[in-house]
Amino acid sequence: MPKRTDIRRILVIGSGPIIIGQAAEFDYSGTQACQALKEEGYQVILANSNPATIMTDDTIADVVYMEPLTPEFLSKIIRKERPDALLATLGGQTGLNLATELDQRGVLQQYNVELLGTNLEAIEKAEDRELFRQLMIDLNEPIPESTIVSTVEDAVQFANKIGYPIIVRPAYTLGGTGGGMCDDEQSLIETVQNGLAVSPANQCLIERNIAGYKEVEYEVMRDSNDNAIVVCNMENFDPVGVHTGDSIVVAPSQTLSDREYQMLRDVSLKLIRELNIEGGCNVQLALNPNSFQYYVIEVNPRVSRSSALASKATGYPIAKLAAKISVGLTLDEMKNPVTGRTYAHFEPSLDYVVTKIPRWPFDKFQAANRTLGTQMKATGEVMAIGRNFEESLQKAVRSLEIGTHELYIPKLRQLANTELLKRLQKADDERLFLIAEAFRREFKLEEIFNLTQIDYWFLHKLEDLINLEQQLKTQPWNYDLTVIAKRLGFSDQTLARLWDTEEKFIYDWRLEEHINPVYKMVDTCAAEFESETPYFYSTYEQETESFASNRKKVVVLGSGPIRIGQGIEFDYATVHSVLALKEAGYEAIIINNNPETVSTDFHISDKLYFEPLTIEDVMHVINLEQPEGVIVQFGGQTAISLVDDLVERGVEILGTSKTAIDCAEDRDQFEQMLEKLNIARPKAKIATSKEEAIGLAREVGYPILVRPSYVLGGRAMEIVYEERDLNRYMEEAVNVHPNRPVLIDRYLVGQELEVDAISDGETVVIPGMMEHIERAGVHSGDSIAVYPTQSIPESVKQTCAQITTEIAKELNVKGLINIQFVYHEGKVYVLEVNPRSSRTVPFLSKVTGVTMANLATQIMLGRTLADLGYRSGLIEEDSTISVKVPVFSFEKLRSVDITLGPEMKSTGEVIGRDNTLEKALYKGIIASGLKVPTEGAVLLTVADQDKQEMVNLATRFHALGFQLYATTGSANVIKQQGLPVEEVNKIADHKRNILNVIEEGRVQFVINTLSRGKQTHTDGFKIRREAVEHGIACLTSLDTAEAILTVIESMSFSASPMPKQEVVTV
Amino acid sequence: MSKRYLLLEDGTIYEGRAFGAELNDYVGEVVFQTGMTGYQETLSDPSYCGQMVVMTYPLIGNYGINRDDFETVRPALKALIVKEAENDPSNFRSEMSISQFLSQKGIPGIEGIDTRSLVKKIRRSGTMKGILIDDLANLDQVINHVKQTALPKDQVSQVSAVKPYVVPGRGLRVVLVDYGMKHGILRELTERGCHVTVVPYDTTADEVMQLQPDGIMLSNGPGDPKDVLQGIDLVEELVGKVPIFGICLGHQLISLACGANTERLKFGHRGANHPVKVIETGEAWMTSQNHGYTVSTESIKHTKLKVTHQAINDGSVEGVEHESLPIFSVQFHPESSPGPSDANILFDQFLNMMKENKLGGVTSCQKEQIFVGS
Repeated sequence: MPKRTDIRRILVIGSGPIIIGQAAEFDYSGTQACQALKEEGYQVILANSNPATIMTDDTIADVVYMEPLTPEFLSKIIRKERPDALLATLGGQTGLNLATELDQRGVLQQYNVELLGTNLEAIEKAEDRELFRQLMIDLNEPIPESTIVSTVEDAVQFANKIGYPIIVRPAYTLGGTGGGMCDDEQSLIETVQNGLAVSPANQCLIERNIAGYKEVEYEVMRDSNDNAIVVCNMENFDPVGVHTGDSIVVAPSQTLSDREYQMLRDVSLKLIRELNIEGGCNVQLALNPNSFQYYVIEVNPRVSRSSALASKATGYPIAKLAAKISVGLTLDEMKNPVTGRTYAHFEPSLDYVVTKIPRWPFDKFQAANRTLGTQMKATGEVMAIGRNFEESLQKAVRSLEIGTHELYIPKLRQLANTELLKRLQKADDERLFLIAEAFRREFKLEEIFNLTQIDYWFLHKLEDLINLEQQLKTQPWNYDLTVIAKRLGFSDQTLARLWDTEEKFIYDWRLEEHINPVYKMVDTCAAEFESETPYFYSTYEQETESFASNRKKVVVLGSGPIRIGQGIEFDYATVHSVLALKEAGYEAIIINNNPETVSTDFHISDKLYFEPLTIEDVMHVINLEQPEGVIVQFGGQTAISLVDDLVERGVEILGTSKTAIDCAEDRDQFEQMLEKLNIARPKAKIATSKEEAIGLAREVGYPILVRPSYVLGGRAMEIVYEERDLNRYMEEAVNVHPNRPVLIDRYLVGQELEVDAISDGETVVIPGMMEHIERAGVHSGDSIAVYPTQSIPESVKQTCAQITTEIAKELNVKGLINIQFVYHEGKVYVLEVNPRSSRTVPFLSKVTGVTMANLATQIMLGRTLADLGYRSGLIEEDSTISVKVPVFSFEKLRSVDITLGPEMKSTGEVIGRDNTLEKALYKGIIASGLKVPTEGAVLLTVADQDKQEMVNLATRFHALGFQLYATTGSANVIKQQGLPVEEVNKIADHKRNILNVIEEGRVQFVINTLSRGKQTHTDGFKIRREAVEHGIACLTSLDTAEAILTVIESMSFSASPMPKQEVVTV
Repeated sequence: MSKRYLLLEDGTIYEGRAFGAELNDYVGEVVFQTGMTGYQETLSDPSYCGQMVVMTYPLIGNYGINRDDFETVRPALKALIVKEAENDPSNFRSEMSISQFLSQKGIPGIEGIDTRSLVKKIRRSGTMKGILIDDLANLDQVINHVKQTALPKDQVSQVSAVKPYVVPGRGLRVVLVDYGMKHGILRELTERGCHVTVVPYDTTADEVMQLQPDGIMLSNGPGDPKDVLQGIDLVEELVGKVPIFGICLGHQLISLACGANTERLKFGHRGANHPVKVIETGEAWMTSQNHGYTVSTESIKHTKLKVTHQAINDGSVEGVEHESLPIFSVQFHPESSPGPSDANILFDQFLNMMKENKLGGVTSCQKEQIFVGS
């Protein structure tokens, strides 16, 4: 069927900020969709609040709205743009929910906007638990016994009827938020209580637990002509019980016979047809490992994380074709973009094995509950391709960047057997490594199977790998064995560990022995048809399919899996660098391992190597391609950490040199440089014992910022206000000794500023300077950033610009540099210098219009800023005010303390833009998911050091008519001001206490600051968690609270009496 | 594990490891199959008679061999070529490993070779002859032997039933001519209650008609349809007498009997992901296919056949029907196994055709007779 000509303008809804359960995959699918629609000649209007995406680049859509994704703002956009149609199925759950709401509010009808793709009825049927269940019953498709409850009592009653264990799934939530597996009545009550609270529909599905079944997914597509195909099926390594987003997944399925495969294929196609889905759809099924019995678990009537994975796993671009289907094209008339010769109505045939492993944030959140269940906890994932399962698994493991390159985590060696067995039974993020450890201890296959229910096939493979590991250990430098090991995906690092040598020696020896990988193409068709896809993976086999061209070429290293602190922002910059290389006439080659992102779309670069980002794997590509150089600036810490090894192996790093990078990363060199340039930084010392620390702290002066030197990313970092606390910190939080010193920095309370600049070593251009709302001490990634600055004197800005220029020149930065400052008592101090692309590059690029990654790349290729028409200094600021507001995923991560501090905790960001700060903040805050009520109540419970500041806030809230609740200490201070306040009891020994106030939803905000000392199980922790779990905004920085207060003030009118006139007596 | 080599007629040698049975010195046609599941059905599909099959999916044998999923009792392929043969299969129905099975059936296998590079070679140069050897002695001689060995033309006689047999049912009576029938075809008919008489490939039209069938089913089978002269004759004689449904080789025989021509494909269609367009409705099916020959599009123009199904990718003929008689056939496998069941409905169409014909309802066949008679 030809494409529709009765529609011209299409509104596409993006998925908004990155949160657990809805991440970069929607940038990939959204970008593809917009491009596909433009390709067909439609005008695309895009709404997305996430500035870190490629999707929101002005080249991707015709009109881009970076406005909050709420029905109100979308209605405004619809009124203004008058689109003919709306495409919502590529914006994740957010897109679907918004489409539903716009329809319910009558906006779509009023403005005659047609919903493209899957219709709302189908969406509802798939999403609403009860409707879905009814549909399955009507279709005679089996589903686990279940019921919908709206009260805890009903849940308990049902459980008593069918027995435990039971699974709870709240309706209409992302990534299974608030759900869980319950083994007894108490856990059921708790989980259902939470589930009901987070479900917008106030419903939970509770159902029979079918844990232990095989979990199989089918990615299916259907067009308006009722043609339906399976793009890919996938089998979860972890059986039913672990959320598929938290499962290790392989594609295609490995242990299903054709009969099982086809049976489940038929079910999947039947469902997509019955639901009338036009586009992509994901069907999750559970298969009894001992029979043909199966259950339908879930249908996602849209593109999803799984469809992004399936697209990367097969090469088949689901989102692109789904977008085209939505405008009427059918599968049999569209070309398969991979082969260019065959058609899209085709089921890809793989001749390799794909493994996906989730990346969890437990390195950041050590206190978090690491157990995996129905609620997704991973922030990202890696994918690897190999010609066998072992190779693909081991490549995926070394892509994870979790401190190990193999199925071996040294600390697990210390685990007692009983503990090991216990942990095997309840899946957690380290289960794969625990299984390997169990095999090392020669536990029997059956025993491990009984505990994990993981299919024998997978366990066998792991056992064989450990057996080979043992064999390798006894036969170092054995050629034949090495060849076998490489074919099974063993890394040089593993061999080095086993042979007690260095990775470099293994690498050199191997190359001498000509044990090299070849590269195979991902072509959707198992080589049946000729393809020219520039998409490759390495394997140890005979024939290579990737050949170096004669062109000048550059390799760009990607940033690997999305994790807290290294998110989609780096992928954004990577993509721009690749595009800049192509513009400059270079062949742009990318190496990356993240299946969710735009950078691993093989259309982006000239050549994509889907490979782990380790020195070994990267060198193999470099050896083959012989590029002019490698760009590491955009790949975050992942790429930067490879610099030393790359330089050692003679690889040219383009742009800023290794020396400059070292200088910024090494504390001593850094200090010397600042001293030389006469630039101030907070006093800093290094202590190797508790006693020394206490002495040095006195010298530096409290408050101080302390952290161990041997961990990255702000972990175990704390602000300490007095000696007593330092004592505790040194005793409890860190294990200090001469090899593991503790860093002590003066903590300067002040305004934090952040600058991203482009430098060619001569000219230093500063596109913009941002001011943080939260004072220094809150990680810059968790702060609200404002551009242009609002409260910083011009002279201070000039000083910062001056310092930036000096440092960039001193380091001879060629590319990007990010510097964080604190403005403390009239003086500017440098906190941190990163000579590379930062988290704020996409935000600043978008609000200033300076395409920073592109310019930086041109500089790395030898252009100068002067050539490109730029002069040194701060570029004239925009009059529109833009704020970047962080977004957290706390509701997904139980027992994580939400307090903002030096450790980064946010998973994503949104933008708010308008012509006043208050309006911009309002938009940012709304877009981040918080509500801005103009009336209600606020609960104040702050630490002693914050009480005076709090009173100011309380006064202002009172003036706005908000009711005040406070705990005793805070209440007393408020009372002294003569303000009415309702005192609430602390948790301790009161039956009715502060938690009830939160639980009952009597307040709209909780303002809680951290009492000194960082014990997580304090009252404060419980209060904060309670607020998160009940969806009440909990503000842990007084600055954030003040910002919101300012917004509310700007929106409301205060009620104040007329001033009394003085009576003049005659 | 001992070494084993695959030698192609162009002299290419692939080194791998032996699995399955001992060598049999057989020279066969090397063809590739792209299905990711269904190796047991593929192994036992008689259409692979005399061929050496390369599986494009690298891991073969993961779910073992079970007692249910055979398409024939006696596998007819000559060798299996894989990247990796699984020795520790896992599936509740698994009875043995693929290597054990091949040993049992006397079929040699080779694993550990770069199957993707082999597939690319076949794709570029077309299907080639090859042989498995265990050592590299006298290579030139072996290559000459491979070159000089002519591929057999009598595969159908090797795999067809020797004597007729009945699979009784109370429904419509079908005579199923076995050219190397996959059990799936029989299964689809018996599932629909048919009384099926399976007859050898050289059964005559008289013998068939004596069985008083309501319809005739022509099965799949190996090789070049032009080598199956008895089949072409049989169809010519049966045309117009009863409804006929042909699959794969059966389809080619019907086409030849009706005056069309067949030709050899460069490397065939073998897999479970072949999209086919149903011309009448415009819908598209994912089909299971296994054929090295095809009915040439041009040749159909001069016959009373019309094309009903067409391959989406290369436009080749995938199905025909007679313009006036109850005869139709498809190149692909509606019985699937292995592969998708999208085209399963064709068996229902065949049953309807037989019913209409039997009830004397106005079938297209009778319409013509009435017209001619008036």
